[in-house]
Amino acid sequence: MAILFIMPSIAAVGIFVYGFISWTGYVSLTNWNTLVKDLSFAGLKNYIFLFNDYRFQSDLRNTLFFTLFFIFGTLGLGFLLAVLIDQNIRQESLFRNIFMFPMALSFVVTGVVWQWLLNPSTGVNLILAKLGMENLPRWYTDTSIAFSFPLGNIEFGIPVAIIAVVIAAVWQMTGFSLAMYLAGLRAIPDELKEAARVDGATEFQIYRKIIFPMLLPITISITIIMAHISLKIFDLIYAMTGPGANFVTDVPGVYMFETTFRGNFYANGAAIAMIMLIFVAIFIVPYLIANRKGD
Amino acid sequence: MAVVFIMPVYVMVITSLKPIDEVSLDRMWQLPTSISFESYKYAYERLAPNLLNTIYLVVPATILSALLGSLNGYVLSKWRFKGSEWVFTFLLFGMFIPYQSILIPLIEFLRQIGLYNSIGGLILVHVVYGIPITTLIFRNFYAAIPTELIEAAKIDGADFLGIYRHIMLPLSVSGFVVVCIWQFTNIWNEFLFAVSITSSGSQPIMVALQNLSGSQIVHWNVQMAGALIAALPTLLVYILVGKYFVRGLLAGSVKG
Repeated sequence: MAILFIMPSIAAVGIFVYGFISWTGYVSLTNWNTLVKDLSFAGLKNYIFLFNDYRFQSDLRNTLFFTLFFIFGTLGLGFLLAVLIDQNIRQESLFRNIFMFPMALSFVVTGVVWQWLLNPSTGVNLILAKLGMENLPRWYTDTSIAFSFPLGNIEFGIPVAIIAVVIAAVWQMTGFSLAMYLAGLRAIPDELKEAARVDGATEFQIYRKIIFPMLLPITISITIIMAHISLKIFDLIYAMTGPGANFVTDVPGVYMFETTFRGNFYANGAAIAMIMLIFVAIFIVPYLIANRKGD
Repeated sequence: MAVVFIMPVYVMVITSLKPIDEVSLDRMWQLPTSISFESYKYAYERLAPNLLNTIYLVVPATILSALLGSLNGYVLSKWRFKGSEWVFTFLLFGMFIPYQSILIPLIEFLRQIGLYNSIGGLILVHVVYGIPITTLIFRNFYAAIPTELIEAAKIDGADFLGIYRHIMLPLSVSGFVVVCIWQFTNIWNEFLFAVSITSSGSQPIMVALQNLSGSQIVHWNVQMAGALIAALPTLLVYILVGKYFVRGLLAGSVKG
């Protein structure tokens, strides 16, 4: 009886998730890079094309740095704010709301707003200029690659424009790690901290020896959630900057969308999607398996 | 830091209240000299049909996916069977996939059943891809309900549906609140499905907002007014019942 009721969901997910992924995988091995459907077999041709493709190489570089900065930004800021809020109980709900409300927004809204704030000729730069800054950052219009060296067909290094997009993404998602860390800090018994203080431990030692290790599982959880969000990011970048000049803010999610639905390169789009899926799976599958063992 | 976090909202509000002749790059941070609602009027005229589309989409999709998740969570927490844990993991994986990896077949499928470019198609998509998250939240929620209750009812001769209706549902109110708020926010804000499955007539609000801000001729005050209109419903939900929103957030990320 019970199985009867869950069957429709199993079937739906089976078809819409697993079946469709298989079909996308198949399309990625065909010659369907035309408006008219063409399912003739092409082998790994599309994958080979992508790995030699200037735009896709740029995307891999951008995703790498976007993901790194995004994870460090949300983890660091979220933890810092959680500790501050945890110690200052009086204004807690006010501050919690201030840092968490962006999560209720759409990435599209975030993109539109930060496009205005980080517009190089206005917004944040006006304030920086007032503070006497000389060389104003060009934010998402900056086409330079910091610390660069040639690699493959591209300049490998940190695309400066990505930092502007990361700022918007961190603004929106820090509330998530803040909420997780706050819940984690609340779960640490006060007796532990008290006992350590009695033994003469400094606040710094308490954090290093007790709190950090106890929050490690939460840190890992946040990292995995943030990594998978950042590897499939699309709407924020699409709304805020698009691919950018010389693809400095392009990511696989944007490339996949444009090449598939604007250029009718279905097989290439499917191949990009499969590569994205593999990246996400590297993070998610071990996480799911570990969670199952934890039951 | 709090000031930095609030700043974008301040800029949105003051920019959206400026009349067109006051929107200049160098006066961005200054308060408007007079409050004008003309940008709201213009943005609302442009976005109103899409706002309706989103409402037609969000309400049924939220309710349906919550009901499905509730049933699944009930089965997976109180009627475990051989392999039910495996089924749960099987469903959960669907929560994390990049939707780009199912988009091409999905659109082909919707074309075949005649739901491409329709709100009905989007409802179907959000209900199906909402199954993992709603199942997860309800399963963790129901795990906290004592199994003795269920066992006792079974001895009294209650069956699967009877127990669900008379014991689980009355205890599920806060579970439904959490899931509905979560799905409402997610579906309202979703962009990838919305932009790939619909075109002009049936586009949800986020697609319309993106089109509005993507066009070169639209001024910043209108863009900000549009962004505020599009963001207001989920923002209100957060302000009114943020506690439940955060609960859904935590429930969806950590195993209960």
